Amino acid sequence: MGIPMIEIAFRSITKRFPSHIVANDRVSFEVEKGTVYALLGENGAGKSTLMNILYGLLQPDEGEIFLRGKPQKISSPKEAIALGIGMVHQHFRLINTHTVCENVILGLRSVPFFFPAKKAQLEVRALSEKYGLRVDPKTRIWQLSAGEKQKVEILKALYRKAEILILDEPTAVLTPQEVEELFRTLKVMKEEGKTCIFITHKLNEVMAIADRVTVMRQGKVVNTLSPSSTSPEELARMMVDKPVLSVAPKKNVSSRVVLELQDVWAIGDKDLPALLDVTLTVRAGEIVGVAGVAGNGQRELAEVIVGLRKVKRGRIFLEGTDITALSPREIAALGVAYVPEERNIGLIGEMSIAENLMLRGYAEPPFSQGFWVNWNKAEAYSERLISHYQIHPPLMEMPVRLLSGGNRQRVILARELERKPKLVIAANPTAGLDVRGVEAIHELLVKAQEDGAGVLLISGDLDELLKLSNRIVVFFRGEVVGNLEKERWTEEDRRNIGLMMGGVRV
Amino acid sequence: MGKFRIELSLQPKTTSILFLSLVSIVLAFLCSSLIFWFYRVSPWEAYTVFFQGAFGSWYALSETFKRMIPLLLVGVGLSLSFRAQVLNIGAEGQILLGAIAASWVALFSGVPPFLMLPFMFILGFLAGAGWALVPAVLKVRFAVNEVLSSLMLNYVAFNVVLYLIGGPWKGKGVRGFTYTDTFPEAGWLGTIGGTRVPYFTLVVGLLVAVMGYFFLKKATLGFELRIVGSSPKTAQLLGVSEGRITLLVMFLSGGLAGFAGVGEVAGIHHLLRHPSHISLGYGYTGIIVAWLARANPLATIVTAFLFGALISGGDALKVSLGIPFQVVSVLNGLILLFLISTEILSRYRIVWSSSGGVEN
Repeated sequence: MGIPMIEIAFRSITKRFPSHIVANDRVSFEVEKGTVYALLGENGAGKSTLMNILYGLLQPDEGEIFLRGKPQKISSPKEAIALGIGMVHQHFRLINTHTVCENVILGLRSVPFFFPAKKAQLEVRALSEKYGLRVDPKTRIWQLSAGEKQKVEILKALYRKAEILILDEPTAVLTPQEVEELFRTLKVMKEEGKTCIFITHKLNEVMAIADRVTVMRQGKVVNTLSPSSTSPEELARMMVDKPVLSVAPKKNVSSRVVLELQDVWAIGDKDLPALLDVTLTVRAGEIVGVAGVAGNGQRELAEVIVGLRKVKRGRIFLEGTDITALSPREIAALGVAYVPEERNIGLIGEMSIAENLMLRGYAEPPFSQGFWVNWNKAEAYSERLISHYQIHPPLMEMPVRLLSGGNRQRVILARELERKPKLVIAANPTAGLDVRGVEAIHELLVKAQEDGAGVLLISGDLDELLKLSNRIVVFFRGEVVGNLEKERWTEEDRRNIGLMMGGVRV
Repeated sequence: MGKFRIELSLQPKTTSILFLSLVSIVLAFLCSSLIFWFYRVSPWEAYTVFFQGAFGSWYALSETFKRMIPLLLVGVGLSLSFRAQVLNIGAEGQILLGAIAASWVALFSGVPPFLMLPFMFILGFLAGAGWALVPAVLKVRFAVNEVLSSLMLNYVAFNVVLYLIGGPWKGKGVRGFTYTDTFPEAGWLGTIGGTRVPYFTLVVGLLVAVMGYFFLKKATLGFELRIVGSSPKTAQLLGVSEGRITLLVMFLSGGLAGFAGVGEVAGIHHLLRHPSHISLGYGYTGIIVAWLARANPLATIVTAFLFGALISGGDALKVSLGIPFQVVSVLNGLILLFLISTEILSRYRIVWSSSGGVEN
């Protein structure tokens, strides 16, 4: 005892991808047994690549992994599992129509042919109690929330006797309360002597739970240190090479109402009510944040406003004009910009940047000239937008599917905001973007607000909403359960909103 | 010693697509040598006869062009419909409808001679288009899968032709044969001197290919067509009507197939006869023509020529070596098979590094 045991050591790991991308460049660090280890960095910093190498999904081009002091070649996830390594991916790998227990034991040799889940039921229940992973083994996966699915993934790893657990951005899909539960589980695992590595780009999580953190940038290790010996600001500086400028929204909102929903009801995709009696206003120059765990009516809210979903009951007004029954094209023409959550709807991957920038304007002059589109004018326009919105690479012939996530969002925002909208509906516009990309999108949204547009920002990231919103409405099961307006948001607001997101009325 | 590695390239290059298309065709030929071997014909001899029959003489070349025309017309139309993700498999029937309409104009309508050809083509186009609108309307109104409905209508058209030539339209002087009387000469298309290649349909085919290309690239409607084809949900968001585009591409592709059918009866047969003689599977081969051209109307000029050669080469095999014409269908199938299976390879490229060492 006393001398810390090194569970995993990365020694000069290098991994190259096609097109001369070096995802990992001589990455070295050590992870002690029985610790919670954070791997911090922006998107594209190489964190996931490194973890995929540890889990056997990828092979390093150079370098070695030492496991419990011995060099170890891990050529497949199967081998990784045999070595006591488990991984919870960002996108869950569960079978929706099967039960929790069945998913946990799926693929194991020891499973009997008949009544496979029967014997395991008790074990799974015991595990879930021990680690605070409360899910009923008999529930089917499709009935679970994202947080509960994650618990199943962790159970899967624990059932396979994982000593090392890798979590890839585990908190992205969780409510604040669920994050706390996850952290409690990690603490129990730590006491058991298990080692957890989690990938994140959220600084507060690192500060809250990690024993040690390695910061990565562009495939290289920037630093490895203890969170207690540093500050979030310092970590942020390491993560991006220049300090991030935070935008703050304008606080003086005009009294002119841009969007008004009156007692709106709508049906969701599963034929169940998705919006129940929603009343909501957005004023000019105001950013209204819509908080809620994904799947509580936010998507349907955006869709009824832009005309993609039928309103069952109630009315929607845009600057006093009734738009309830108008088509998406008519609503867009009245000055509603829309950044849909599904990126493949907002943009067409195979089409070029120029063509995507034209998706709204092609049918109107000056671009449309009767039968033909004036592509010369369209190209000049695209050229201007590409430079103004700093779309990279600045090649208008480039298919947008080859762009990074941040640049794709810039293309959408360029197209939508350039039309000087009165109302902007943005659904999770920064999901999956790195810090710099997030800032760029935030700046654009605040710019739209300063220009007098009303902004309805739907986001699963509460920090984002607290940073940008003048007002926050909270959705739970299709209902507005909270409507808060503040000059400054406090830690208490944050907690209250978190509770409301979980369905607790405050 | 050179070393190479295989990389995933983000965007398939045109050259690699061309190369793989060529490889597919060569592989299909190699596989088909097995069939020649079954007929106790040396594959080498078969290939020689094949190429002689497709390109070996002016006559051979003209036969290739003759087959290319309907393939081009059909291929351009199908390119448009495939670009909109509307899978019109019914071109074969639409060709026959065009032929039926043209025969009616030529034999029974009584239009004055100088109006006969224009009427044949206009009515033939509309007949093909109308036949294609049936699955189109079913798809738009009732969400019926257009692959099945358009395919089924091929058999209906086939039997309609059989009924007409054996029944009400059976020629007076044909005795036991089943075909109609010969069209009056006003209903015959002029051919390029000394050949059996009608120049009118050839010119129209080439023109339509060029027009189709610019339509997709530059026209408002062409842009909407591509939006619908790439992402129906985006189309919905932008207010582009998927139904309207579906009707449009079915109308155009059906119409062009009908037009091709008119060309066959007015330019080559001069009467309505057994459906499998009017169209040598042009409606089906046209699908491969459009596919191989990656639904690019301009590229269908090349692919239609290629498959025209395949058919006239197959003809030569039948005549000189007694190998059934169906070998051509086997070849078609093999080419399509190899094309689909090499599709994934177009996304990879081989990178040679001269030193063999890892550069640092």
